[in-house]
Amino acid sequence: MAKFRISSSTVDPEVLKKELFDPKAGGFVSFEGWVRNKNEGKDVTHLEYQAYYALAVKEGEKIIAEALEKFDVLDALVDHRVGDLQIGEIAVVVHVTSVHRGPAFDACEYIIDELKIRVPIWKKEHYTDGNTGWIECHECAKHAH
Amino acid sequence: MKINISYFAILQDERGLPSEELETLAGTPSELYSELKNKHSLSLTKCKLKVAVNDEFTDWDSKLQEGDKVVFIPPVAGG
Repeated sequence: MAKFRISSSTVDPEVLKKELFDPKAGGFVSFEGWVRNKNEGKDVTHLEYQAYYALAVKEGEKIIAEALEKFDVLDALVDHRVGDLQIGEIAVVVHVTSVHRGPAFDACEYIIDELKIRVPIWKKEHYTDGNTGWIECHECAKHAH
Repeated sequence: MKINISYFAILQDERGLPSEELETLAGTPSELYSELKNKHSLSLTKCKLKVAVNDEFTDWDSKLQEGDKVVFIPPVAGG
């Protein structure tokens, strides 16, 4: 099964974690991105994520392969939500296992950082005043296309 | 030549549909985007976008072929 997944319903980090169980693993690092109620001073009611599925999975798999190559880790998994998400819901999960903890932290950070600038997934914020806006992440703006 | 175009995020909102098949004289993604931008008053300039043809990131000046699937990719915001 693909290591980079896109889900249209609730992501369960515990279920994903079980897929990574490995007797060689001495460390497990996980990042969860949560939907928060404020962005740049505006009150957010909920979010909508959209993905260009085919290319998002391809690019996501590439990022995970890079992380497995660059860092001394055992395995990694990502699950990203699409559709409507409420405040507090998990938008993305990154799980990494390693023999020792250091590389797992590094690989986890690498994966989420690259995901944010490279994977074709978009986020629309819905605000309490009824307006909406497609978000452009700051890191992306810095990386000239 | 016929080209299939999919729209995401702000481009989908501005175009008002998720995909379409278009008969065009455009020979490259660059020419195709210029055509669409004029026709539908799309707000993003080409330098804000990336382009994919047949689900692979591609150069703006690559040659389009009959039946290609083209996606213009607005600034992403996953995570």
